[in-house]
Amino acid sequence: MTVGLLSLLLLVLAALGFVVGRQKAIASVKGDTRNLHSLPAYYGMGVALFTAVPAFALMLVWLLVQPVLIEAQVTGMILPEDIADGSSRDLVMSDVRRIASGMDVLAERGLPEAEFAKLVTDTTALKTRLADAGVALAADINPHVAEAAAVYRAEVATGRAWLAVAALALAVAGFLLAAMRVTPEFRARNVVEQFIRVLLVAASSVAVLTTVGIILSLVFESWHFFRLYPAKDFFLSLTWAPKFGGGSSLGIWPLLWGTLYVSAIALLVAVPVGLMAAIYLSEYAGPRLRSVAKPALEILAGIPSIVYGLFALMTVGPFLRDWLARPMGIGDSSSSVMTAGVVMGIMLIPYVSSLSDDIINAVPQALRDGSYGLGATQSETVKQVVFPAALPGIVGAILMAASRAIGETMIVVLGAGAAAKLSLNPFEAMTTVTVKIVSQLTGDTEFASPETLVAFALGLTLFVFTLGLNVLALYIVRKYREQYE
Amino acid sequence: MNDMRLTERAVTEKAKMSARGVQVHYGTNHALKDVDVDILDKTVTAFIGPSGCGKSTFLRCLNRMNDTVASARVTGKIEMDGQDIYDPRVDPVQLRAKVGMVFQKPNPFPKSIYDNVAYGPKIHGLTRSKAELDEVVESSLRKAALWNEVKDRLAAPGTGLSGGQQQRLCIARAVATSPEVLLMDEPCSALDPIATAQVEELIDELRAQFSVVIVTHSMQQAARVSQRTAFFHLGSLVEYGETGTIFTSPRDPRTESYITGRIG
Ligand SMILES: Nc1ncnc2c1ncn2[C@@H]1O[C@H](COP(=O)(O)OP(=O)(O)OP(=O)(O)O)[C@@H](O)[C@H]1O
Ligand SMILES: [Mg+2]
Repeated sequence: MTVGLLSLLLLVLAALGFVVGRQKAIASVKGDTRNLHSLPAYYGMGVALFTAVPAFALMLVWLLVQPVLIEAQVTGMILPEDIADGSSRDLVMSDVRRIASGMDVLAERGLPEAEFAKLVTDTTALKTRLADAGVALAADINPHVAEAAAVYRAEVATGRAWLAVAALALAVAGFLLAAMRVTPEFRARNVVEQFIRVLLVAASSVAVLTTVGIILSLVFESWHFFRLYPAKDFFLSLTWAPKFGGGSSLGIWPLLWGTLYVSAIALLVAVPVGLMAAIYLSEYAGPRLRSVAKPALEILAGIPSIVYGLFALMTVGPFLRDWLARPMGIGDSSSSVMTAGVVMGIMLIPYVSSLSDDIINAVPQALRDGSYGLGATQSETVKQVVFPAALPGIVGAILMAASRAIGETMIVVLGAGAAAKLSLNPFEAMTTVTVKIVSQLTGDTEFASPETLVAFALGLTLFVFTLGLNVLALYIVRKYREQYE
Repeated sequence: MNDMRLTERAVTEKAKMSARGVQVHYGTNHALKDVDVDILDKTVTAFIGPSGCGKSTFLRCLNRMNDTVASARVTGKIEMDGQDIYDPRVDPVQLRAKVGMVFQKPNPFPKSIYDNVAYGPKIHGLTRSKAELDEVVESSLRKAALWNEVKDRLAAPGTGLSGGQQQRLCIARAVATSPEVLLMDEPCSALDPIATAQVEELIDELRAQFSVVIVTHSMQQAARVSQRTAFFHLGSLVEYGETGTIFTSPRDPRTESYITGRIG
């Protein structure tokens, strides 16, 4: 039974549970629902939840655990001599999975199960059959691998069957148990409330657990990297020169410097302009202008960064080179930190202004009235009353913009180039951590050399960096809140 | 009303501000209809009337605070010292420095207590040195009967005070700017009787230097502190005159019903 069909069945059972639970509750008080502890629908919902939720939970866990178990079992069938030179157990196992899925396709096309036993012994025939089914294999199939694939396929099928039996049994058990408990005194409303609470907790744990998973995978791969490459060199070396043959030097500083330099320029552009735009929009602009300008700004915020990257490449870069860098004699390249920084700043303006505008608007009118009532002008009011009141929120907005700047990739690729360099001159091409993560991972190398694994260490560093920034933002916001609330 | 002080009504008859035919519309809502009032110099004028009758609206006309309400439209003539305050040449910012205001709801700035009071003197450059500013802050806080409670925590945020303390802070803030006319919109509605008595004392003191206009829902308060009383009802000025006369022998039956507690 497929997972889809099973889910459908469980849902039908749950719906049935709802109807039965509700009917039974109404019947138990002979139709006078005032004698029930809860509304009849709550009894129905209780039965439905007890039917569906444990079964679905079991299904989820099963689907996560089953592949791991089967894999462990099948791996044992592959002997060391089955692994060709230059290959690895992982690669062979992925062949096993592909052959198994190809067999599934063949079975669907009506190939009888008895044929498979023959095909496993005749690997050439198997190969041509699989090619028909859209699974192309490079080398000849090793008999052991074919056997492993057949076992793999059989195990998956058995697992599925048991899953269906177990889930349905659990659903029926939940159904019966819950339906039996329906009595007028049963506090269905409270039980449903509890259930919903658990559901909500589970939903929030998904977010937290994924984050933890991402961090763990980063940490794990970074640890691999640091076994191959000394951490001291990574964190202290001032050169970045990867060579895909060994002997590279992978110091993070040139990349980190590029990231910080570009982000700093971007914020220097975005923060003043964005804040002033926000202040104009919220304090000075009339309602009609506001109703046009605010959505327009928000549309700007939705433009994909690659478009800004093109703008950097085609317009801003050459302009800065021809009108600033060349005349001043300090640079000859249209890709530069300045180009990327300025364009990234432009990209962040709507971000800063739209967030700050909302925050400034949330400052109570009574505060402004108080200031005007003392004879303050509009700009004095903004500067001394509105702005300080909105400051915690604005700081938060700026730090969020900073996080975005640090994580930005496309604009840097197109605007600042890909040369890792430590230089003070903003008109020189440099590059950032994110760009190097991409370039280290593109191209066909396996994840075994320090040159590729370094991407994870870079990612981890970036993550720690933005995390620090967000913690700082929280801290600042808290501090001001305490002071002013 | 046994505690009414209907004596010492000697007032100068010079009008500090005079309003003629003032109408206010909020969109289509005609909130104030044809109001004529003279605010006398060095006098306390009380505005009384049921809720929603336009007392705050009229008060806000006197320092052009209605300019900040997009839907409000003010017509008619209001003069201060013979100068039309709605004249395009008049700068509303300067006007508001001369006509201070304490709002119905306390609205301290999210700054320290000290900075709240020092705000007006600072933006208008009223003091020449820090010492002088300190002095203004202290005397204003004393006048608002708040000094003893806050003198040890002037650097604490003004928003951390209790509601009544916040209102007195707002009074101190308005006094510190040394206005010529002080508009107070129900300044005592959040205060306990002791603080109320102190604020009333302050109002009486302030009368020596400038005119005070106070909106109040307490008849006793109006009778205690004011020399002139204006009674508003449904957006019109029903009766305006000497406080003693209004409270002892009102001409209009509506005034009489209101002060004796039959409407409102
Ligand atoms: N900002 C505003 N926008 C629209 N209408 C307003 C506004 N302020 C006041 N009004 C209307 O004007 C009328 C008078 O209101 P106002 O605030 O002057 O009453 P009030 O006499 O001060 O009442 P209270 O004693 O409750 O403070 C009311 O009908 C009110 O709805
Ligand atoms: Mg009012």
